[in-house]
Amino acid sequence: MSDLSRIRNFSIIAHIDHGKSTLADRFLQRTGAVAERDMRNQLLDTMDIERERGITIKANAVRLRYRTANGADYVLHLIDTPGHVDFSYEVSRSLAACEGAVLLVDASQGIEAQTLANAYLAIESGLEIIPVINKIDLPASDPGRVATEIVGVIGGAANDIIRVSAKTGEGVDELLEAIVAHLPPPQGDPAGPTRALVFDSYYDSYRGVVCSVRVVDGALRNGARMRFLATGLEADTAEIGVLTPTPTPVKALGTGEVGYLITGVKEIDLIRVGDTVTDATVPAAQALAGYREPKPMVFSGLFPADGDDFERLREALDKLRLNDSALVYQAETSRALGFGFRCGFLGLLHMEIVRERLEREYGLDLVATAPSVEFRARLTGGTEVVVRSPQDLPDPGRLTSVVEPYVKVMIITPTEYVGTVMELVQQRRGTIGDMTYLTPERVELHYRVPLAEIVFDFFDQLKSRTRGYASLDYEPDGYDASDLVRVDILLNGVPVDAFSTIVHREKAYGYGKAMVERLRQLIPRQLFDVPVQATVGGRIIARETIKAKRKDVLAKCYGGDITRKRKLLEKQKEGKRRMKMVGQVEVPQEAFISALRIDE
Amino acid sequence: MSEGATAAPGQWMTLAPDSTGLADVAASWRSAYVHIPFCRRRCPYCDFAVVTPSEIPPASGEEKYAAAVVAEIDMEPPWGPLDAINFGGGTPSAVDPANLIRVLAALRNRFGIAPDAEISLEANPEDWSEEWGETLVAAGFTRVSWGVQSFDPGVLAALGRAHSPAQAAAAVAGSHRIGFGSVSIDLILGTPGETFGSWHTTVETAVACAPHHLSAYSLTVERGTALSRAVAAGAPAPDPDDQADKYELLAVAAPGAGLVHYEVSNFALPGHVCRYNLSTWAQGEYVAFGLGAHGHRNGVRRNNVRRLGGYLDGIAAGHRPQAGAETSGPWAREQERLLLGLRRRAGVFPGLGGAALTESGEGQRLMAAGVLAVNEDRLVVARPLLTDAVSIAVLSLSPRDC
Repeated sequence: MSDLSRIRNFSIIAHIDHGKSTLADRFLQRTGAVAERDMRNQLLDTMDIERERGITIKANAVRLRYRTANGADYVLHLIDTPGHVDFSYEVSRSLAACEGAVLLVDASQGIEAQTLANAYLAIESGLEIIPVINKIDLPASDPGRVATEIVGVIGGAANDIIRVSAKTGEGVDELLEAIVAHLPPPQGDPAGPTRALVFDSYYDSYRGVVCSVRVVDGALRNGARMRFLATGLEADTAEIGVLTPTPTPVKALGTGEVGYLITGVKEIDLIRVGDTVTDATVPAAQALAGYREPKPMVFSGLFPADGDDFERLREALDKLRLNDSALVYQAETSRALGFGFRCGFLGLLHMEIVRERLEREYGLDLVATAPSVEFRARLTGGTEVVVRSPQDLPDPGRLTSVVEPYVKVMIITPTEYVGTVMELVQQRRGTIGDMTYLTPERVELHYRVPLAEIVFDFFDQLKSRTRGYASLDYEPDGYDASDLVRVDILLNGVPVDAFSTIVHREKAYGYGKAMVERLRQLIPRQLFDVPVQATVGGRIIARETIKAKRKDVLAKCYGGDITRKRKLLEKQKEGKRRMKMVGQVEVPQEAFISALRIDE
Repeated sequence: MSEGATAAPGQWMTLAPDSTGLADVAASWRSAYVHIPFCRRRCPYCDFAVVTPSEIPPASGEEKYAAAVVAEIDMEPPWGPLDAINFGGGTPSAVDPANLIRVLAALRNRFGIAPDAEISLEANPEDWSEEWGETLVAAGFTRVSWGVQSFDPGVLAALGRAHSPAQAAAAVAGSHRIGFGSVSIDLILGTPGETFGSWHTTVETAVACAPHHLSAYSLTVERGTALSRAVAAGAPAPDPDDQADKYELLAVAAPGAGLVHYEVSNFALPGHVCRYNLSTWAQGEYVAFGLGAHGHRNGVRRNNVRRLGGYLDGIAAGHRPQAGAETSGPWAREQERLLLGLRRRAGVFPGLGGAALTESGEGQRLMAAGVLAVNEDRLVVARPLLTDAVSIAVLSLSPRDC
């Protein structure tokens, strides 16, 4: 156990690609935590998918032993944080375990919206901030301008901002010294009843649930019986330890220290992130303040392309959830797609990552329905219904109003794109708030926009319209009534539930027209004319016709070669077998997948 | 297999080309197919077993090949007499007629040939000469099928054909004159670039040549051909609606000239159906010789190798160079009977398979769409261009559906 005054707990707040993982790598090297021969890029990002996408999903807490320039020994706990907007709740979890944060900004890019949002979150949580400008080795870097920006948003003096190159290592020693000198040591009562905050957990198939903990008071001792205050669960500690970054068991974790705790509990639902762990024999009376629980914001139906894979999908989701408490799902039936699950995600990136992991790690072939948000339908008589799937929307006759979630949006963009950003926000039913110049060249814009408009392709649109320069952050901002309708798509008069969507009345026509046009192209011609219609409340708003097929490919039975013709027909038969029947219409699986692809 | 057949051999001439009696009696005919793989060049749409001069010196090669075919004929167990013989290719007219006559003699020697037999060959118009035709007629050939394809020079060029429209007309007229009993014109419809007007002219010209028989197949893109590579690289593909329009024009124009529509793609004057083809559609049996040739005897479908070297080596070693053989079970044969027989306008006697088809969900859908119909005691495809949809439904049936 370490002397409290010799402990520093901190996170790095940075935008994606601003070099956080590289800086963490450099810390590991400078403090000797990793031998040169074991070093590889983004060492802390343990999942393959993270390393490929260059982003960090799971928070990791690493212990570093640092000897200062004047010979004093310190224990540094680096609590890694994710850098994407979907995962801001994980950022807040990490911040709860820290006394300070390194605010890392790319010297050529400047501060981005999420970084700023997270910096504000850190300041509100009482954390000390060390601003750092990274990538000063790049020819395009402009540390002077970026320093002005940082001073403009969080105050301080431009001269105090540390300039580093995580890539070359320049300035990293100065930064380590500053962490020790400027960040406060943890506060806490080493003699008091044990209280430790569970700020992360994951499931290990051999060890069960592994918790990341920050000891606030007292100490966690190996072999002691622990109690989780929120759930009342009691369990013996099987192992406690620290990541150096390899897991290293210790006898105890003292006040202010960060490490992991394994109890042998296998059910992840029994151990909640945000819970307080105490010693069951001398329990603390008061739990620590928790923090914002993750709440799914985006919903989508996931269906196995092959109906026989339904059980495999369920097993895969059950396993994924062990490491991803933000993922929620429940079984759902679609007439068009069969059995599947309605899943809730933190955002679009989260949705994509889950899908990709299901497909890659579990070998599943999936069809996903268009993402939707959680609407609330108010009925005559005063009851309220939660609508997570377009099918859940009650008949218009029973509705008094439908409310939808709004978000507060912050966008930081070069000033030349202010016009185009405003135009985009207005198209997405946003209302304009205030506007702050960070520097004469960069501006911070605030809007209020329905979440449904953000989850579709807002981020992609924003990026393409600003040539990648704008950045985005958003947070929930209540619910408001909107003129929302459900658009249904009918194939030969039969509704295809997978294509229904809830949109603002003004957008119903655009969606309906685009969808029927797309389906006309994707669905092969049948033996008869097939009308494809978009309807709102039974009224047809768009229509296309798939003209009847007039001719098969007639390969001739030449020279008596019947076997070959038969083989060609057998192949076509296999293709036909994989089609789904919607009423009398045969629809290939690919048509559903392509029609539902949101990036087109 | 000849349910409803009352006609005795020889009487077939008197039956209408699309009659059920003719369709069914054809099952009892015995035929032979001989593959002549030689072509002067490979057409861009063709994926048959073909040998071009760049692959083998033609003169010596042809004789060697004919000798090998004669040897193969003697390896087939005795059978016969033959009701129909078809020389296909490749281009049978591209070789010295002496080689065809040598093979025909071997067939006669081994199996015998019925007095009213059809002895037919495929030919390219640029190979026509009076002397060539007279030699073949004198040797007993009764039928020639001209690969005319189109009467539009632009379309012929697109198809990579060497002849002109005038050569085609001359070949048809000349073969009439010198005494081929049946003269057929083969057309290809729906070549990309072929206008509706061009096709109209082709059909009118073809009919004006007064052939006894007319075939018209839609151009299809087969794997591994120059055409499929061109389409993959962005060249226009045949358009099924365009082909349907052109087919419908033909289906009106040919009967207008007395040519009876008797199979999806075939039209004939009474007494001039292609007996060899009719027998294959009736699930009849045929022996087959030469490169890549497919035969059907004693319920076994067998086929030879497609490479010339392999074929010649096999024969030289004293055995048939077979690439595959297949014996189907009773249910597969019943499915085959339907999918072959339904190509004919006379359709099929329904039988077990037909009953299963009309009772199946897909069969019901096909009947509702007017594709499949029950006509008195026959099952017929009423919209021939959708025959494949019916075939796929047939193949999807299982014996427990009956």
